[in-house]
Amino acid sequence: MHWIILPVILPAMLAPILGFVMRHDISLARVASIAGTATLVAIAVGLTMLASDGETHVYRLGDWPAPFGIVLVLDRLSAMMVMLTSLLALVVLIHAVVTGWDARGRHFHALFQFQLMGICGAFLTGDVFNLFVFFEVLLIASYGLMIHAGGRERMQAGLQYVVMNLAGSTLFLFALGTLYASTGTLNIADLAAKVPTIPADEAALVRVAAILLMVVFAVKAALFPVQFWLPATYANAPAPVAALFAIMTKVGAYAIIRVHTLAFGPGTPGTDGLAASWLFPAAIVTIAVGAFGVLGAKRLMPLIAFSIVGSMGTLLVAVAAFSPTAMTAALYYMLHSTFAAAGLFLMADLVVSRRNGDLLRTQAPTIQNGLFAALFFGAAIAMAGMPPLSGFLGKLLILDSLRDPGTIAWAWTAILAGSLLTIVGFARAGSTLFWKSTSVPVASAESEVTDMPEPASQPATAMEIAPTMAAIALLIGLSVFAGPVSNYLEGTSAQLFDRAGYISAVLGPEGEG
Amino acid sequence: MSESSHFLFLIALLPFIGALLPGLMIRAGRTACAVFTAVPTALALILLMMLAPAVMRGEVVQAEIEWLPQLGLSASFFLDGLGLLFATMILGVGLLITLYARFYLSGDDPMGQFYTYLLLFQGAMLGIVISGNILLLLIFWELTSLSSFLLIGYWKHLPEGRQGARMALAVTGAGGLAMIGGMLILGDIVGSYELVDILAAGDAIRASEWYLPALILILLGAFTKSAQFPFHFWLPHAMAAPTPVSAYLHSATMVKAGIFLMARMWPVLSGTDAWFYIVATTGLVTMVLGAVIALFKDDLKALLAFSTVSHLGLLTMLLGFGTQAAAVAAVFHIINHLTFKAALFMTAGIVDHETHTRDIKRLGGLRHLMPITFVIGTVTALSMAGIPFFNGFLSKEMMLEEASHTKWLGSYYVIPVFATLGALLSVAYSYRFIVHVFLGPERDDYPHKPHDPPFGMWAAPALLAVLVLVIGIMPVLAEAVVTVAANAVTGADLHPHLKIWHGVTPALYMSVFAIIGGGVLLAVHAPLQRFWNAAPRPEAKEIFEWLVDSVAGLSRRITDISHNGAISRYLAIFVVTSVAVGAAAFFGSGLAAPTRGLLSVPPVIAVGWFMLIVATVSVVMMHHSRFRALVLIGVIGLTISAGFVYLSAPDLALTQISVETVTIMLLLLALHFLPKSTPKESPLGLKIRDGVIAVLAGAGVAGLAYAFMLRDIGTISDFHIANSYEGGGGTNVVNVILVDFRGYDTYGEIIVLGIAGLIIYAVMHALLDGPASRRLRNVDYSQDRSRDRHPLMMVVVTRVLMPLAAMVGLYIFLRGHNEPGGGFVAGLVIAIALLMQYMASGFAWTQARQRIQYHAMIGTGVVIAGLTGIGSWLFGSPFLTSSYTYIHLPPIEEFEVATAMLFDLGVFLTVLGAVMLMLYSLSRIARYAGETVNLEPMDYDPAKTGSGDREEA
Repeated sequence: MHWIILPVILPAMLAPILGFVMRHDISLARVASIAGTATLVAIAVGLTMLASDGETHVYRLGDWPAPFGIVLVLDRLSAMMVMLTSLLALVVLIHAVVTGWDARGRHFHALFQFQLMGICGAFLTGDVFNLFVFFEVLLIASYGLMIHAGGRERMQAGLQYVVMNLAGSTLFLFALGTLYASTGTLNIADLAAKVPTIPADEAALVRVAAILLMVVFAVKAALFPVQFWLPATYANAPAPVAALFAIMTKVGAYAIIRVHTLAFGPGTPGTDGLAASWLFPAAIVTIAVGAFGVLGAKRLMPLIAFSIVGSMGTLLVAVAAFSPTAMTAALYYMLHSTFAAAGLFLMADLVVSRRNGDLLRTQAPTIQNGLFAALFFGAAIAMAGMPPLSGFLGKLLILDSLRDPGTIAWAWTAILAGSLLTIVGFARAGSTLFWKSTSVPVASAESEVTDMPEPASQPATAMEIAPTMAAIALLIGLSVFAGPVSNYLEGTSAQLFDRAGYISAVLGPEGEG
Repeated sequence: MSESSHFLFLIALLPFIGALLPGLMIRAGRTACAVFTAVPTALALILLMMLAPAVMRGEVVQAEIEWLPQLGLSASFFLDGLGLLFATMILGVGLLITLYARFYLSGDDPMGQFYTYLLLFQGAMLGIVISGNILLLLIFWELTSLSSFLLIGYWKHLPEGRQGARMALAVTGAGGLAMIGGMLILGDIVGSYELVDILAAGDAIRASEWYLPALILILLGAFTKSAQFPFHFWLPHAMAAPTPVSAYLHSATMVKAGIFLMARMWPVLSGTDAWFYIVATTGLVTMVLGAVIALFKDDLKALLAFSTVSHLGLLTMLLGFGTQAAAVAAVFHIINHLTFKAALFMTAGIVDHETHTRDIKRLGGLRHLMPITFVIGTVTALSMAGIPFFNGFLSKEMMLEEASHTKWLGSYYVIPVFATLGALLSVAYSYRFIVHVFLGPERDDYPHKPHDPPFGMWAAPALLAVLVLVIGIMPVLAEAVVTVAANAVTGADLHPHLKIWHGVTPALYMSVFAIIGGGVLLAVHAPLQRFWNAAPRPEAKEIFEWLVDSVAGLSRRITDISHNGAISRYLAIFVVTSVAVGAAAFFGSGLAAPTRGLLSVPPVIAVGWFMLIVATVSVVMMHHSRFRALVLIGVIGLTISAGFVYLSAPDLALTQISVETVTIMLLLLALHFLPKSTPKESPLGLKIRDGVIAVLAGAGVAGLAYAFMLRDIGTISDFHIANSYEGGGGTNVVNVILVDFRGYDTYGEIIVLGIAGLIIYAVMHALLDGPASRRLRNVDYSQDRSRDRHPLMMVVVTRVLMPLAAMVGLYIFLRGHNEPGGGFVAGLVIAIALLMQYMASGFAWTQARQRIQYHAMIGTGVVIAGLTGIGSWLFGSPFLTSSYTYIHLPPIEEFEVATAMLFDLGVFLTVLGAVMLMLYSLSRIARYAGETVNLEPMDYDPAKTGSGDREEA
């Protein structure tokens, strides 16, 4: 069953060809890149169908038995994440191609494919050290994409991004060292088998490893207090790249979900509850940081970036419950918030490229003001969690699943108040951008010195709008088919909490216990 | 589920599907647009009427489709008397408003958009009243907030419209969010979100300890939506919307959503003290306050808006009483208020449309100029005043009757007195509407000469005025509808009798007093208004705007201060967090007993250790001089390599040395284009802070390492050592791990290296295409440049070393599988050999003498590694499965060939390519910075006498 590794190998083989053979012809690179990504979607569909029977499929690299070699593990969760990645990538890639973003710097498509390789690899791996490797791949590729097309502010923000994340990687190594020193293994299933055997009063080292790993993942997931890098990074990245980055924070969330549920989750005397005790308050503060950021934003791109911070907070509040129902809710919200964030960035790109920068100040209306306003409205209500889009359902699911008397007041207040601030923030921004502008008949040519290209006055073509519409359409689909989707997710979270099933699938039946 | 109950889905969907039509049909003209807006509404109304007979018989029509069973959310619809009443009102008034708006909107207004929003709203509102699931109700509830936002902001160029829209969204949105909480609690108590189950569980809900929080949260939703004090302030500002919107949303339907909800939940939530005191008191206060303010408003729409607030208060109060008779009165007043208030708004819209002003002070004497409007306005205003034979009288009498015997905190006077006061004020502003607008002398200073509007515009209010009179004179006609709705609210089987004359009751006295008192109040209106205007009072809008602005300002400050872009602070927070949570986790448990003792410290180790510390401290002290810092970092690296050698890790040592060499060389080259010293920027305090953090983190890592070096644990590497030769075909277990056991990791890492090469190349291009290239061109490096840039000795030595180095590289590569070495180190060694040539003779000179493209080299390396992995698929094995064999080629001894070596070749090529691409990028920058290209390998060549520097720029 080589299908499982294809989401890694396909982009990994395509990328060097794109970067080294096709680098002189952008059209050729575009065709190849889009075709590759479309194939990736097809593969992801196949894998999701494969995984939907509830079985955990294991791919042993080099034919070495686990835990000694590296394994890839395909279960419902990893299949779903690969699916999410590939769909998002296709939407974003088409946007980048039709708006010409890909031609504004070198090696966009090669880096894009390497990025996909890194993300898919991280979702599929069953080994924490291999997870580190793929974190590196996706970090370095994302740095390349982030500074694509250059510019002073972008380079500065890029430096911040890469320094913070390299610091995270360094800590990752420390954590892995500690983990190996306390358990003697790096395979997730093997960890899941060994960590529970560590007595509660001798678990100091493995506890340190677990919590340091969480800090590492939190850096990726933009959790307070290590979220500082995100707003400037996303706000200054090329818009399609920022849209793709919607999945990057989810990599962090995924890692927490995977590792801290299986290896350090319920049933481990030494580490159970450790992650949650930090994750919960941090996520609550993250919601607040995001909400304040949205309401206080001076520019559109940071506003969207902060709304992502807030959504990560909401997501991780649910994760912190480490219960199957809350996990189902969290996963649903994860699907939703990925497309909502992408839709917002893509939409913002259409507007900002026709405006003088993204400063939230009154300017003459852009061409197609009404259309952009409608797109913004759609994407914003999705992000703010208003009906009829899936954000509202996701929020209801999360609220409904968090009923622990000790935390309910905090969680509900944070989520609901955060939503309110977000709604008000988006309403103010939209009102300035799309409504107030109509009261300005002539352009107040107060041009800001930014790295944005000169505003184009051409109307957006159908192809340029299509990716944004596709993102919103996916949200509508997620909302209409909430029932079937949640069925899949319920199975996913049941599978996630079935530690014994995972262990026996990876290590064989004798590996249990 | 009967066949016809499926109509409920259609009814709910029709407005949303219909919302697509106006935007398109506007292309066929304004009338077509209006007609096609009316079609879905009318269809829905017809379907509703098909269901009406069953509901009037007392049945409940239900239909359900599963949606999100995990949550308990279903697309479930529920039509009983209350729902039928509201649905009819929504669709009926919707039709009238569609007609009215066709004539009201001017040619400049985008009509298609207007009707689209209107239908969206209609769908949302309709959804609320026929939802059979309270989560579904919440969805529609929020949708009304959103569509109302769009409608209020319809005239987007007007600041009042934008502010009003945002205010309405913020207030009703906040209420909606609170209600989410309330509904979720309710669902938890009952165990279901289905309305049927909830309505049946009243006792359990009232007995629950969560009753009060649920009640408060749900009421917050209802009060904000229905503009109850202190949330009433958004409604008047929503009047910035076009008048059809005000008539539809902000008097007839949306603001009644809160009332509807309280009525819907009446059987479940009412009947407790909490309910009575919260709901009835809020209603009473709102009723009086709204009426007082209405009396002094000069803007016609503002007057009507506050009157609406007041009447909503009245309805709230009636529901708050919690008695069945009061509920009947509330239902009846809902109908009556709808008829007169919608008509009044339309009348105000007509006056505005015709005279171009809504300011009462500039109006008066319109009765002759606009007789039809006058009649409609008068009939409906008298109903609002509660004059007999108009329908408003009937329900107001019922209200006063209920008020007259309701006790509030032990007093029988509070409620009757205030209710009468409210009624009196209501009479006064109703009179004012008639007298100051239509009566009085005709004026000659109207902004626009008024006359009656076309039939299409007055038809809708006229129809409502007729209803006002019909119900007012023959209330028995409304009895059936009121009965079935009231039964739905109370859950009882009531048979109320609506009649004009109830005999001489306290209510009659109160009513008469109100009607007379209202007249008196109008007579002294002018001086009262002067007094009112002079009196200071809080302006809700300003308070609200101040609140939002200050929260936004605070948010901005918090955000700016915390996300100030200072990377050193971000890192400090990161490190402190890691240390803190690590320490907390560590001290939350204990350690296993140590299994190893400490070793003695041999002198050589002590020396190395001391050197390491000295070098590290020196870096910290001298980092301002970048060159020195680099050299010191090199020292640290070499010491660590020595440590690896001492600890019997030759592979690590080799790798460390070669990486160290290449990195330092590249950094030195890069330093050429950078300032040579780091400016002193940090104040002492910051240095101390960072120092403390660094020491803490270092101590943490050291402690951790100490803790685990004392403890043995069984690891998976035992397997690696045991299987390296048998399974991997190599005796160097480190290499076998790298290319076989964990070849997949290596595959990932070489890709990282390759990407890094690409990025450096891309950044270099971005740099040279951007403004930085100008700066580069203007940098003057001449003063610190050596005269002999390509010295003879270095050229000669590196040439001699070149084949040797290549040989060593090849050797290291080939022996890698069994002895220390491998593709990674080999790549670096060859790279060093090449680097030396470039340093000796200049990049361009060297470059001209080789044909390899570094891009291709990286690409080929990655592809070879990948293909090696894929190759194993052909043999039915997973990715990167290795195999090996022994080959005997005659003059050479038998040697081993492993597929892993092919993989290692990929590693080799990628490493070499990446390093060289970095070098290439640096040299491109150097060219931009004005470095000259030499034609000769060395600056002074003794073989060619007389030739000095031959350079071209």
